[in-house]
Amino acid sequence: MNFVVPDFYPAAAEIFVAVMALVIMLASTFARRIATALAYYLTQATLIVAAVVTVATMDGQVMLTFSNMFVSDLMGDFLKLLIYFSVAIALLYGRGYLADRSMDRPEYYLLTLLMTLGMMVMVTSNHLLTLYIGLEMMSLSLYAMVAFDRESARSTEAAMKYFVLGALASGLLLYGMSMLYGATGSMEFSGIAQAIYHQSANSTVLVFGLVFVMAGLAFKLGVVPFHMWVPDVYQGAPTAVTLMIASAPKLAAFAMAMRLLVYGLFEIAEHWQSMLMFLAVLSIVLGNIAAIAQTNIKRMLAYSGIAHMGFVLLGLLSGVVDGDRHFALNAYSSAMFYAVAYVMMSLASFGMIILLSRAGFEAENIDDFKGLNQRSSWFALMMLIIMFSMAGVPFFIGFFAKLSVLQAVVAAGYIWLAVLAVVMSLIGAFYYLRVVKVMYFDAPEDSAPIHAPADVKVMLSVNGLAIAVLGLLPQGLMSLCAYALIASL
Amino acid sequence: MEFKTFVFYVMGAILLFAALRVITARNPVHAALFLVLSFFSAAGIWLLLEAEFLAIVLVLVYVGAVMVLFLFVVMMLDINTERLRQGFWKHLPVGGLVGLLLAVQMILVLGGSYFGHDVMPAPPPADPDYSNTREIGLVLYTEYVYPFELASLVLLIAMVAAVTLTLRKRKGTRYINPSEQVSAQRKDRVELVSMPAEKE
Repeated sequence: MNFVVPDFYPAAAEIFVAVMALVIMLASTFARRIATALAYYLTQATLIVAAVVTVATMDGQVMLTFSNMFVSDLMGDFLKLLIYFSVAIALLYGRGYLADRSMDRPEYYLLTLLMTLGMMVMVTSNHLLTLYIGLEMMSLSLYAMVAFDRESARSTEAAMKYFVLGALASGLLLYGMSMLYGATGSMEFSGIAQAIYHQSANSTVLVFGLVFVMAGLAFKLGVVPFHMWVPDVYQGAPTAVTLMIASAPKLAAFAMAMRLLVYGLFEIAEHWQSMLMFLAVLSIVLGNIAAIAQTNIKRMLAYSGIAHMGFVLLGLLSGVVDGDRHFALNAYSSAMFYAVAYVMMSLASFGMIILLSRAGFEAENIDDFKGLNQRSSWFALMMLIIMFSMAGVPFFIGFFAKLSVLQAVVAAGYIWLAVLAVVMSLIGAFYYLRVVKVMYFDAPEDSAPIHAPADVKVMLSVNGLAIAVLGLLPQGLMSLCAYALIASL
Repeated sequence: MEFKTFVFYVMGAILLFAALRVITARNPVHAALFLVLSFFSAAGIWLLLEAEFLAIVLVLVYVGAVMVLFLFVVMMLDINTERLRQGFWKHLPVGGLVGLLLAVQMILVLGGSYFGHDVMPAPPPADPDYSNTREIGLVLYTEYVYPFELASLVLLIAMVAAVTLTLRKRKGTRYINPSEQVSAQRKDRVELVSMPAEKE
């Protein structure tokens, strides 16, 4: 048996983050009094340096290492950079919130970093095994973070629900993966694709496995009918953790869908596209309608997140039409653009909830936003931008995200699907605009001035303005998404 | 029928029976013991498949360590099974029907024709001096070193999560820090005051 030492260079960022997680664990053990602050700053520094390392090792080529289990390509690098940024921003927003509720223990930052590592492993996986382990790293850290507020029965309940349903989804996913392996004899995505291409795989077993894999994937994306955990977990988790769940993991789940479906199972696209269509239609309809009835803004944003994930699926399902693959690139880049736009809006909206909360008070009801304009017209404007963008009002980033996905859907010939999505977005606009109405036209119930650290205020303003500016100039980000996919497919 | 096939069916039947008893047994200790039995039968089936190392590990790790710990926990927690089983029989018809339907569908889709002997012939039996342990060790530390290391990080996450969720610093306990106690000086505790003698 001859063994070649794997090339560590493409995985430099992952190795760095893993080593830093261990360093932070040891450092915060011995730092005693300053442990929490030290863990926070070291985590932020790790994310920044990891971004630098990722940029430095990025060369636009597809490189495989660790016996082809790890792939380094431009799509992965791009998504990894976005994951670092969104995790860093989420940490920045959440720090004061955690400190007010004495939840800011160093372990929180350690788990966040390990969750980031899990997402990086998912994004760069080229093998069913590494994809699954990355997913478990991410999910396990998130389960613990949801339960981080040990005094709150609601958090514990949310964590239990998330954990039990997540374990069930993992079981379904693993069962599907074993079927894929049984049908194709390979666990590597390129090997699976080749086996299907040479028609050496039994298609019945393959589709059977696909059904189970799709169920696991749908759970992680949080789309109907695997959405039951989303509202409860979003509402029950501490807002800082909800912010974490609603941002970067969505990018990782998108990467997971791309790797599994597009890299591994592209040859049977007709099968998974029809399944995605079912999931997408249900998510968009149910997400938008159920959100109307909510009075809790975290729950409302959870349902709106379900609908947004349905839109991401719309992009993924319009890649191949009758065996014609011309649209694939356009469709997948529109889905990626949508996922990126959603993460930006999600960060900002949960950031606003954190901004209005203070020690002993959770601004989690829509009524808590009443009269925000009188309390702070600047942040009312930011919330207006976020809500308009989520509703898809021109000219914010959410509008262009919806537009590009709908263009892909129309190009694929699913006119009825596009019409349905537009009608449902119009219905959805109601609950976003209700928040705006409450902010500008209702009298404030609570006239306490907004107290927040300066860095949170600045970051939230940058985040809100980015949604507006990228809405005016979406071309750059859009072509970046397309370029990253061209270089990787 | 070959002897191996006979053993397989016996093991399979015990496994199915034990697994069924795990979820139907009234006493949680019995359920845990039936789980041990099902692990044993699964290990037996793995032995038939020439996966000796995995079979031994299953018995050693799951039966020897995990299940014993589990039994201790079950015994110590004194779980009120009546409350846990509330609604078990009420939901059984619906749940059983759904489960049966799923099983039938799966059997229909994946009958023996897809994984039968003509599609996937059994691999040739290994040489007598073939070492299962050695082969697993070789690939585990070379080809699969990346997932292997990642799995260790998963365990680390589980450890950090378990500690952070359960470790509580309780207030009001009369706990004395031993190092403070040992390093206490006489001058911290005893104060000598010189004062004039007083008359009655």
